[in-house]
Amino acid sequence: MSKQPAAVIGVGQTHHRAKRDDVSMAGLCREAIDRALADANLGFDDIDAIVVGKAPDLFEGVMMPELFLAEALGAAGKPLLRVHTAGSVGGSTAIVAASLVQSGVHKRVLTVAFEKQSESNAMWALSVPLPFIMPVHAGAGGYFAPHVRSYIRRSNAPSHIGAVVAAKDRQNALKNPYAHLHNKDTTVESVLASQMLWDPIRYDETCPSSDGACALVIADGDTANATESPAWIHGTVMRSEPTTAAERDQVNPQAGRDAAAYLYRQAGITDPLKQIDAAEIYVPFSWFEPMWMENLGFAEEGQGWQLTESGGTAMDGVLPVNCSGGVLSSNPIGASGMLRFAEAALQVRGQAGEHQVDGVRRALGHAYGGGSQFFAMWVVGAEPPAH
Amino acid sequence: MVGFAHEQMTDFDGSPTMVELLVPLFREVYEQTGFTRKDIGFWCSGSSDYLAGRSFSFVQAVDAIGALPPVNESHVEMDAAWALYEAWVKIQTGEVDTALVYGFGKSSAGTLRRTLGLQLDPYTMTPLWPDQVSLAGLQARLGLEAGLWDETALAEVAHRSLTDAELNPHAVRRGGSSVAELLQREMYADPLRKHDIAPVTDGAAALVLAADDRARDAAQRPAWITGMAHNIDPQHLAARPLTEAPSARRAGAAAGVAAGVEVAELHAPFSHQELILRRELGLADGVHINPSGGALVGNPMFTAGLNRIGEAAGSIWRGEASKVLGHATSGPLLQQNLVCVMEGTAR
Amino acid sequence: MSPSEARTLSAPVRVSFDYTRSVGPVLGRFFDGLREGRLLAGRTGDGQVIVPPPEFDPVSHDAVTDFVEVPDTGTVVSWSWVPEPVEGQPFDRPFAWVLVQLDGTTGPFLHALDVAGPDEVEVGQRVQVRWRDERVGAITDIVCFEEPVEADDEPRGVVADDADAAPGVAAGGDATPLITPVNLAYTYAASPEESAFFRGLQEGRILGQRCPACGKVYVPPRGACPVDGVPTTDEVELAGTGTVTTFCIVNVPFMGQKIKPPYVSAYVLLDGADIAFLHLILDVPAEEVRMGMRVEAVWRPRDEWGTTVENISHFAPTGEPDADFESYKVHL
Repeated sequence: MSKQPAAVIGVGQTHHRAKRDDVSMAGLCREAIDRALADANLGFDDIDAIVVGKAPDLFEGVMMPELFLAEALGAAGKPLLRVHTAGSVGGSTAIVAASLVQSGVHKRVLTVAFEKQSESNAMWALSVPLPFIMPVHAGAGGYFAPHVRSYIRRSNAPSHIGAVVAAKDRQNALKNPYAHLHNKDTTVESVLASQMLWDPIRYDETCPSSDGACALVIADGDTANATESPAWIHGTVMRSEPTTAAERDQVNPQAGRDAAAYLYRQAGITDPLKQIDAAEIYVPFSWFEPMWMENLGFAEEGQGWQLTESGGTAMDGVLPVNCSGGVLSSNPIGASGMLRFAEAALQVRGQAGEHQVDGVRRALGHAYGGGSQFFAMWVVGAEPPAH
Repeated sequence: MVGFAHEQMTDFDGSPTMVELLVPLFREVYEQTGFTRKDIGFWCSGSSDYLAGRSFSFVQAVDAIGALPPVNESHVEMDAAWALYEAWVKIQTGEVDTALVYGFGKSSAGTLRRTLGLQLDPYTMTPLWPDQVSLAGLQARLGLEAGLWDETALAEVAHRSLTDAELNPHAVRRGGSSVAELLQREMYADPLRKHDIAPVTDGAAALVLAADDRARDAAQRPAWITGMAHNIDPQHLAARPLTEAPSARRAGAAAGVAAGVEVAELHAPFSHQELILRRELGLADGVHINPSGGALVGNPMFTAGLNRIGEAAGSIWRGEASKVLGHATSGPLLQQNLVCVMEGTAR
Repeated sequence: MSPSEARTLSAPVRVSFDYTRSVGPVLGRFFDGLREGRLLAGRTGDGQVIVPPPEFDPVSHDAVTDFVEVPDTGTVVSWSWVPEPVEGQPFDRPFAWVLVQLDGTTGPFLHALDVAGPDEVEVGQRVQVRWRDERVGAITDIVCFEEPVEADDEPRGVVADDADAAPGVAAGGDATPLITPVNLAYTYAASPEESAFFRGLQEGRILGQRCPACGKVYVPPRGACPVDGVPTTDEVELAGTGTVTTFCIVNVPFMGQKIKPPYVSAYVLLDGADIAFLHLILDVPAEEVRMGMRVEAVWRPRDEWGTTVENISHFAPTGEPDADFESYKVHL
């Protein structure tokens, strides 16, 4: 058996905001879904199955919300799956949806990922106090900051690299009308001047907390060939490892390295920096850009920061990274991974609007979650895969 | 399907991530199949954060795998039967040829009749905290009033389940008496008696899938999946006929239930729901329903559906049947249903 | 069973949050009606009249825009008895749930019925809404159903089409968010391996366990070695000294925080362990904490000890020279 060809033929997302208090959960999802269906020129009746993804149910206080949302998502009378793989979930959800087409089980699958973070408080939902232990971490920032410190020590990176990333992504976000943050005055200097929250992570180096959703329509080869600009799926991968283990590398996790290697093999990529024209990488704290550049094989270990510092990841750089503004500019957690996958698809379809990079033939979408332990990635291309 | 092991109890005295329960179950399926963890191409689990009472409850369960070097792994916030579906799809993409599916749930960590209230519409229903037993009672009475079943029919389901449970070492409730005696027992959640309601159960399960020759190597008589499909109904109480389960009907048709099924393991947490499912799946009178005793004798949330499929596969492994089906349900009032048809010979 | 006899330690946990729900135009309209003591149904494309109105039409999938006001009377089509109510339900004594076909509607609506016993409710019974006096625009503005005050044998028709305001944010009235408390009680249990660790702490000991497969020492011990998938076994008592591998200075307040920022949370690699352990570094200015710093556990007074990590108040510098980076770099 080998995989059937599959492609993204519809992309939709919401305007991401701190509070989308104009819509319910159903309304939020539908804003993304309706845009994706319109983009694909399809209606609900054309859809064979629906795959829903989101991060922990404690965020919205609903257990398996896809059950009550079934009608609103157009899923009633159809197969519906709900994926939850921590922060990587938006990516994993798209991969599960793609597998429904690649296996030949379905022809047209709608997938949607969302988070309505304003219904609760993420820091509470992620760390409900447990007996016998003490709350030492202070949310995700507190969790990741020590690993950022380890990276800086290991790579001898100068201390302003995180600010370079934050300033770049916030400037990119100005070109993306859907982005949550539109802070036009963000510069490397202003980021460096912002409050140190979880030393070494500053306020402007962290992602916002957003309400938002993203939806994709993924279709089989025949359907995709009949559309104007499908984003062909050249490879998908999911890899996981434990949160903590003796001598586990938490800066450059093996699961991420393995995932990238497996992905590139599928997509026939031998020199990722040359062969990938744009990347949307899950960077919730700015320092993760150089860390993931190394993990994904775009730079040698310890040299990711040089790629960032040299402007190599800017929109006009050798590898434009997060032209959409990335997670640093919009973070509806459950949808953030799918947004990366969606933005990669928009780039190869030439439909990224103002933040389009010229001539993108192949793009990478990347998501990670948990304690840098769950990875989901795909490569999409403007042409059908060679095999 | 080449391996299956599960455990269930009324009250598990360990962590909500159930790692300590999963480790021996994995060992058991390795022994059954001759596989080691390195032979497994894909891992997929089903569980719920709200059942455990904490976010990311599935994350620590990954430890039970021994996940360094890293593994190809995914998770659904659903009964592990849907994790099985994801794994089955993955195998059909050709990317992997083996998968280990697992699930776990510690219902006793909280109050299940409160926890499941969170599965309802959060705007117009959850604030009233309707519980799953009461909702099932409303459904049962609709059928009683419409003459779709009567109290005796419910007692017959319970009696058969409790009697069959005597042969099932995993049952947390067992011992039939007679239909007449069951009918003498007092009402609990009128129109339901306690034996019409699945017991609150903790549990974990592991199941192994393999394709083609990998399956032939791992089992003498694999249970070949010849069809698997699932479907969901609207949740709004006015948006579907409440005494029917159209999604079960559609899933059954898509999975190819048709004729020839000898054994059916149905995930019916309430007596009358078995009657609904038998009708929707078009199961003839001769079909052996729930030889394990079914969910009425043990209903571990998030694995009970996978258990039905594992139990049905068992009757193929043991040579007792050549075509069987396993069914799983999720959500209130049989809202979402999955049907897996297995045969003793590959198609 | 006393905690020392049980196989595992357990303790109560409350998962409690007041969720703020934005409801959107359709439900906003429904809740506005409830606040005014009116029941609004949605009319769907296939002619169904449903309470509460569905947000999206099940057939056309478009947002529902056709609203109908229906009377607050109806007929019981099904009921079930609640012998043991749970927290949050409309009554804290036994009661009935009812499916009521409201007059003028085509499907059932769920709420409670105020009756003393199951012999007081029957299918076909006429009922009416008992409204709360002070309404806020929530489903709980309906207290329950009750017997009609006046003889009421005949179903009534639709009160009126509710075609005034067009749907949109404005139709959701003042867009008051719905506050939904979700307060669940759980019993959290530690695994047997973790329980051994917490019980050791009660005796002032830090107990790790070795994985029988890879030989690594885990602290706390694990139900499954994350590399080998087997429980850690042989007990290893660890000294209270160790090395800071990496850390973060917390300057941000958060819910449930017990220490006033700024403070240092650090991974401490205890001497003899193969995995770092997360704790606080105090008794030293935050800016002086370094990777490689040697630290030791500072215990609370013995009479405050319980089965908790909090027995160790924090870690403090020992004054020894810093550990060489090479000695702990594989633990980052």
